[in-house]
Amino acid sequence: MAETHSLQDLRQAAVASKVFVQRDYTSGTICKFQTKFPAELESRIDKQQFEETMQTLNNLYAEAEKLGGRSYLEGCLACLTAYTIFLCMETHYEKVLKKIAKYIQEQNEKIYAPLGLLLTDPIERGLRVVEITIFEDRSIGSR
Amino acid sequence: MKNCEYQQIDPRTLRTSTTRTSSTLPCGRKSSHRLRRKWEVFPGKNRFYCDGRIMLARQCGVLPLTIGLIFITSGLFFTFDCPFLVHLTVFIPVIGGVLFVFVIVSLFQTSFTDPGILPRASPDEAADIERQIDNSGSSTYRPPPRTKEILINDQVVKLKYCFTCKMFRPPRTSHCGLCDNCVERFDHHCPWVGNCVGKRNYRFFYAFIVSLSFLTSFIFGCVITHLTLRSQGGKGIIQAIQDSPARYPFFTNCTLNSFCTVVELVICFFSIWSILGLSGFHTYLVASNLTTNEDIKGSWSSKRGEESGNPYTYNNIFTNCCVVLCGPMPPSLIDRRGFLPADDAPQTVTSDAELPPFMAKNDTNMCTQGTKELIESMAHSTVIQSTCTPGTPKTAPVTQESLLSTVSIAVSPPSKPSTGCSDRQARRPTDMPCPQRGNKRAALHVHKPMLRLPSPPYSLGHSPLIFSDAPDMGFIPLN
Repeated sequence: MAETHSLQDLRQAAVASKVFVQRDYTSGTICKFQTKFPAELESRIDKQQFEETMQTLNNLYAEAEKLGGRSYLEGCLACLTAYTIFLCMETHYEKVLKKIAKYIQEQNEKIYAPLGLLLTDPIERGLRVVEITIFEDRSIGSR
Repeated sequence: MKNCEYQQIDPRTLRTSTTRTSSTLPCGRKSSHRLRRKWEVFPGKNRFYCDGRIMLARQCGVLPLTIGLIFITSGLFFTFDCPFLVHLTVFIPVIGGVLFVFVIVSLFQTSFTDPGILPRASPDEAADIERQIDNSGSSTYRPPPRTKEILINDQVVKLKYCFTCKMFRPPRTSHCGLCDNCVERFDHHCPWVGNCVGKRNYRFFYAFIVSLSFLTSFIFGCVITHLTLRSQGGKGIIQAIQDSPARYPFFTNCTLNSFCTVVELVICFFSIWSILGLSGFHTYLVASNLTTNEDIKGSWSSKRGEESGNPYTYNNIFTNCCVVLCGPMPPSLIDRRGFLPADDAPQTVTSDAELPPFMAKNDTNMCTQGTKELIESMAHSTVIQSTCTPGTPKTAPVTQESLLSTVSIAVSPPSKPSTGCSDRQARRPTDMPCPQRGNKRAALHVHKPMLRLPSPPYSLGHSPLIFSDAPDMGFIPLN
């Protein structure tokens, strides 16, 4: 009758429903997700915790798409080498995406999985939505 | 005496395994021994090579012609003009070589890169969106174009729903009928490069047309110089063409030499106008952070005195150029080389828990396969006490008919291309010498769902503005 699950347990649990957090386009086409707390998660997680996660994700994506000296330098260098540099070098965006993947996994392990939730990395959904899978809250494993 | 121990077979597990096999059989065989990559089941009309590393539109258009013309003209230049002009300065072949390499590399980058294709919505996502739309009070049959209005930088922007990809298109995204994909920051579908031009390959496309204009101008200039120098012997240009220079014994065939020079001259002369015009037009687009699609449709032109400017511009030419051409390179969203899960069925919702209201709408039962089965069988085997109803094949209701078609698209392999590089264009020659005039004329033909603007390197004096209807697409005509 334990309420908490680990990430491993979740893989064997049954999916109750999924919540999709859509993109927020008010600032243009940059990658940003809505921070509004979905009603379906009210019973599962603290609103502030969720908003903090979404805000950190948004900040990370903003960092990836930031227009600054570094990105311009990368762009100019790529142009001069006829863009062949993209074949050998990992772009700044890709580096931040790895950071985001790590952050999501960490959040899942520490916060969401024990509450029976699972965040899916938005890149797996084409950066359209943050998919939150709600698992059934029943105990897994025999006693 | 042997000590035989028999384990009692749990009838529930037996039934589960039989239901699993019986339900997977009609759903088609999956490759059990080889993991497939995602490009193999990609729903759009694209071709993939090198195990998903290279992609092209299925209709490659006139890409072979483009490549052929560039190679032929440059080849003729290096063979016939360079040996003569190298005595003027050694930089001529060097500059020509650099430009040629730049043109070819940027052309291949434009053609073979993912233009910014958005993957289609998963069935769960599509169901969620449908639920939201239905909750807002639309009728149950297919309603008139679904739109969503949002505010971007205090400007009202309408997001349209794509019936093919089952999602609301992000701003500046458009569905290409030829490739059957939604492309981010869609500029146009270019038959000359055989691909869409969108967010990820616009900079390559721009580099291609700019370097090509330099190359054609350079070759044109060199050819004129060549002929002028020959004729400076005082014998006139015709004589100069007919003269065979004794210093270049290999090329003493004056007929061949003159023929090749004339060919180069003709190709370069006619292509310079269109290529320079196109480069100028795209320079204007880059400086104002517009796409061809938006410019042709007049999305942000001020109408009726209302100030509806482009919400994406930074109001600074330099910043706009930097952002469009040197901005961060976004990643490809379609993950061509990722592996499909061992059972490539979409996630479905279990029927154990109380169903959310939208799920109960439709009674269609879909045969379960894949992850759902796996999860269930594991749950059955680990949980001794049965919490689920034994004996019933677990099926998950699907919300609407549309989801079935989405799933079948996602699961079935892509159909074979019917034609190779078939040309489906209705040519309507329109002059495009300068951006403003070309736009005004083209703006008259706005009411078509999809625009294809070619960038012909060597067209015969015109750069035709090609419009074509999106064929059997289930998407809304963009007005």
